[in-house]
Amino acid sequence: MYNFDFVKPSNIPDAAKAMAADGAQALSGGQTLLPTMKQRLASPSVLVSLTGIPEMQGVCMADDGVSVGAATIHSKVAQEAAKLYPALAALAGGIGDPAVRNRGTLGGSLANNDPSACYPAAVLGSGATVHTNKRKIAADAYFKGLFSTALEDGEFITSVTFPVPQKAAYVKFDQPASRFALTAVFVAKYANGVRVAVTGASENGVFRWAEAEAALSANFSAAAIANLSASSKGMISDLHGTPAYRANLVKVLTGRAVSAAQ
Amino acid sequence: MPKDSGIGASSKRREDVRFLTGRGRYTADIQLHGQTYAAFARSPHAHARIVSIDTKAAEAMDGVLAVFTGADFAAVGGNPAGWLIQSRNGETMKEPKRPVLAHGKVRHVGDAYAAVIAETVEIARSAVEALDVVFEELPAIVDMAAAVADKTNRVHDEIADNVCFDWGWIEDNRAAVDAAFKSAPHVTSLKLINNRLVPNAMEPRASIGVYDPGTEDYKLYTTSQNPHLTRLLVAAFVMGIPEHKLNVIAPDVGGGFGSKIYHYGEEALVLAASRRIGRPVKWVADRSESFLTDAHGRDHVTTIELASDKQGNFLALRTETLANVGAYLSNFATVTPTFLHGTLMAGPYKTPLVYVNVKTVFTNTAPVDAYRGAGRPEATYSIERVVDKMCRELNLDPVEVRRKNFIQLDQFPYTTPVALVYDTGNYQATLDKLIDIGDFAGFEARRAKSAKAGKLRGLGLSTWIEACGIAPSALVGALGARVGLYDAATVRVNPTGNISVMVGAHSHGQGHETVFAQIVSSKLGIPEANIDIVHGDTSKIPFGMGSYGSRSLAVCGSAMDRALDKVIAKGKKIAAHMLEAAEGDIIFADGKFSVTGTDKAKTFGEIAFSAYVPHNYPLETLEPGLEETAFYDPANFTYPAGAYACEVEVDPDTGRVEIASFTCADDFGNVMNPMIVEGQVHGGVAQGIGQALLEGCTYDANGQLTSGSYMDYTMPRADDLPMYTVDHSCITPCTHNPLGVKGCGEAGAIGSPPAVVNAVIDALHRAGKNVTHIDMPLTPSRVWSAMNA
Amino acid sequence: MTKVTVTVNGKSVSRDVEGRTLLSSFLRDGLGLTGTHIGCDTSQCGACVVHIDGLAVKACSVFAVDVAGSSVKTIEGMANADGSLGTIQQAFQDHHGLQCGFCTPGMVMSTAALLAENPKPTEAEVRHYLEGNICRCTGYHNIVKAVLAASGQDVPAVAAE
Repeated sequence: MYNFDFVKPSNIPDAAKAMAADGAQALSGGQTLLPTMKQRLASPSVLVSLTGIPEMQGVCMADDGVSVGAATIHSKVAQEAAKLYPALAALAGGIGDPAVRNRGTLGGSLANNDPSACYPAAVLGSGATVHTNKRKIAADAYFKGLFSTALEDGEFITSVTFPVPQKAAYVKFDQPASRFALTAVFVAKYANGVRVAVTGASENGVFRWAEAEAALSANFSAAAIANLSASSKGMISDLHGTPAYRANLVKVLTGRAVSAAQ
Repeated sequence: MPKDSGIGASSKRREDVRFLTGRGRYTADIQLHGQTYAAFARSPHAHARIVSIDTKAAEAMDGVLAVFTGADFAAVGGNPAGWLIQSRNGETMKEPKRPVLAHGKVRHVGDAYAAVIAETVEIARSAVEALDVVFEELPAIVDMAAAVADKTNRVHDEIADNVCFDWGWIEDNRAAVDAAFKSAPHVTSLKLINNRLVPNAMEPRASIGVYDPGTEDYKLYTTSQNPHLTRLLVAAFVMGIPEHKLNVIAPDVGGGFGSKIYHYGEEALVLAASRRIGRPVKWVADRSESFLTDAHGRDHVTTIELASDKQGNFLALRTETLANVGAYLSNFATVTPTFLHGTLMAGPYKTPLVYVNVKTVFTNTAPVDAYRGAGRPEATYSIERVVDKMCRELNLDPVEVRRKNFIQLDQFPYTTPVALVYDTGNYQATLDKLIDIGDFAGFEARRAKSAKAGKLRGLGLSTWIEACGIAPSALVGALGARVGLYDAATVRVNPTGNISVMVGAHSHGQGHETVFAQIVSSKLGIPEANIDIVHGDTSKIPFGMGSYGSRSLAVCGSAMDRALDKVIAKGKKIAAHMLEAAEGDIIFADGKFSVTGTDKAKTFGEIAFSAYVPHNYPLETLEPGLEETAFYDPANFTYPAGAYACEVEVDPDTGRVEIASFTCADDFGNVMNPMIVEGQVHGGVAQGIGQALLEGCTYDANGQLTSGSYMDYTMPRADDLPMYTVDHSCITPCTHNPLGVKGCGEAGAIGSPPAVVNAVIDALHRAGKNVTHIDMPLTPSRVWSAMNA
Repeated sequence: MTKVTVTVNGKSVSRDVEGRTLLSSFLRDGLGLTGTHIGCDTSQCGACVVHIDGLAVKACSVFAVDVAGSSVKTIEGMANADGSLGTIQQAFQDHHGLQCGFCTPGMVMSTAALLAENPKPTEAEVRHYLEGNICRCTGYHNIVKAVLAASGQDVPAVAAE
């Protein structure tokens, strides 16, 4: 690993200042960043640890939904959101493994936007709002494709607010080696419609399955999507699954998520 | 009542205490004064000519102590293959030089072409990045069939068709086998791939080279399953270091599974580097390096054909295999697909005619060598899959077909058509036991229950045999081995009566420190706590061949048993002297030497003390001391065998396979420590299930490793596996070693893959899906695709 | 270099470290606590699991500077005060829950974390919790038994469910 300077600010303004430096890189849980740095595939000159900022920690109920601090570890979300937003808590409780969940954070996951990560499905599937040190970004505008987001240089996530749906569920089919999602589907039913977000399947990262949303908004049952099929175009092809297989999983898991959300 | 100590007891493992408290001492844990660090420059290309390497910038870096390239080792030897195999046409196999560092060409991704020694690991790695190397890329040779057909692209310039050898076993039988196929009422054929695996011992390889300029002695700490073999290879073949000036120490080793049998270039490099800079040089692989450079396992493409009558009696068996050896020949690479594979193609069956053809092929991939089971899993998989397919084609019961083809009890010793002599076995017994403990009778009810939950349940069977306890030196020598395959033990009775036993076997998880002490305890009648087993240091132990091929107990344990016999014989001499009796009248039992028919006796401790305080010994006829060494060269292989059953549930919507149950009925001969035997079976079965469902090492067409980390190479995890039901109560003791033991380390990995695959195919058939075969690993995607083809 | 003070197994220790020094190398190279093992580069094998302020984490994926002021517990801190094996360690020995010993420290540390949050886990819960700890030797059977035994449960009964 290349060396770097390490700073750990205790408030957002100080963090913003540190992040403005040339070659600065935010460090949250580090569960993806550290392995990357060990391989010498990333060489930040300054690492800004964001886990020492109290206002970026914890889960609470806000006016527009459940607010989760960006530096909140997955295991804490699993615990503290259990009553407020059970599907979100369950998703957080299924990321990686217990030790990863004790370090990895919501903000880190979203900033990285791995195409197989779990949290992007919850954020997009809930129509959540991403709060940064500079602005608010709607979920639909945040995800820009593979490992790509709306975040600008020096910008970092401070919290995310999730509108709480009437019903929701996340069903993940593990990629057996990495335990990321081979494909996973987050389904959330709101008063104004159903959102279906799919992760792990597309070469462009998390996406909404519009046909299923329309069908489920009309009839929220697994039967409603029985005649739909997800297109395999643009789906990931790798050792663990063909595009056609992933397309099949999208449909199967969507149905299972709807059933689980009943 | 279970015993609480000695042979047959489930003695708790003494080595566990240090492992459980963080006091194990693995190579990476060793810190030496003045220690420096090596990092390797590894090829990013599968196949390229090295045009030039400019080391100046790297050498000029602060903290860099030395830089090595292939040129530095051009004058020393290569790492040899342990067995010379003859092709069908009588030619000797091709054996290209395997250098310490690649010189002229790199031949697989990860092939080391330079090394840097520096004050810290990070400096060494930065200096590797500072090497200015120019490659001329060459087409990658990855696919075996293409490699054989391609006459222009060559992994080694001197080998035109990339074939190491073309082996027939037994060539003289070929015509008879072919004739039997021509007239057979039924022929079942199957093309299958035995998937390439990465052994993945949890401890990555590591080596520390230490040169003492004062004594001109070398010391090598390394992650090895056989320190003496490593010393022999480094000293006599690669580096030319006098053997008596090299001490190889394999301290605690975190698993091997074959991958740490072999000598690797990194070991030679750290020794050469330590000599050059006069300080210890340490190298610890990271997991990525392990994936790229540890010898991989399996990787066969086989067509197998079984000729039978309509009732399922086997008439003849014929196979054609391409076996990948990778870019260079690793030490056991040539014996694994031949004498550890072809000779096993009779299985536990009395098939009268068998012919095996194996072509081994060089490719631009990491070397392939023995991995848990080594050849025998490949043989077992081929046989048990084709037998299963035959049963389906002829609508026969797979249990009954196996029964009628088994070698029967009255046929032992049994000479197979592939030249092994099975000394003993009882295959009906293990199959009966399996049917009982696996509750075959209840399968239909379980299947109905699974169906209610929307799952397809299947039952798969595998009856297997292996040859282990490798093996008589005379036999292996005749077959091309360049070493002997005995083992050795020294029993040193200390003056106060406690005992140190120095053994040639090496424990890297098997529990020798406990089990070997149990045997000594039983034999000498002294407490296990008074016995220490010493292994892993060539300066302490007699020359032994180490641990692999389930040989430790059968071969080294037998050597120890012989040495104990000598100790007892010597003890009798001493007792005769002390008790003023004839030596022939002394009996040894329960830790006492006594004069038969009298109450005159000496304890073992008294004899031991006397041996070292020989105040009144008749020195002409009685030497002081009580220490004996024995070398044991077995008369034959041992032949463990067993029957395995797997039940799976397949999710029809996703193709995901879950192991519902796994049951083993094994015959390992006599069992020394049931707890440890069961643990060995569990671990072997887990690796077999891993091969069948999860693990696959893959290269793309450019020779890039696409499964190079735990992100993509699926290691079996706790939630992938069930509790296993294992039994080893069917015992036919080995007839030719003193302990009557056969070996249990590889069994699980040998017998389990076909049971799993047979179970999945069974589940699909019962659901009306006409799927005859799916290649391993049976990932959800593959199973779903086969179901929806 | 930054001076970092951490409480390790109940004792306060200070060392100068670089920003890039991982907690695992701080423990292994800095303090000689070599029971924390390194088995992979991708934060998956779990051989390096330690507790930071009571939470199980992978020490290979944490910077030492980032845990300044924290309390770290390693395998070396798991025995009883008199040096005898702790309950979990003893259960692993009793049930043959280890072979080569390399993954063992991580297994023990993860087990301790599991039992702290779920004192009577089912077999399935044990397997699920240990998904981040890879063992190549045991096939997990005896590890699962050891964990169940360490939780004070009747092993055959729980495993049969």
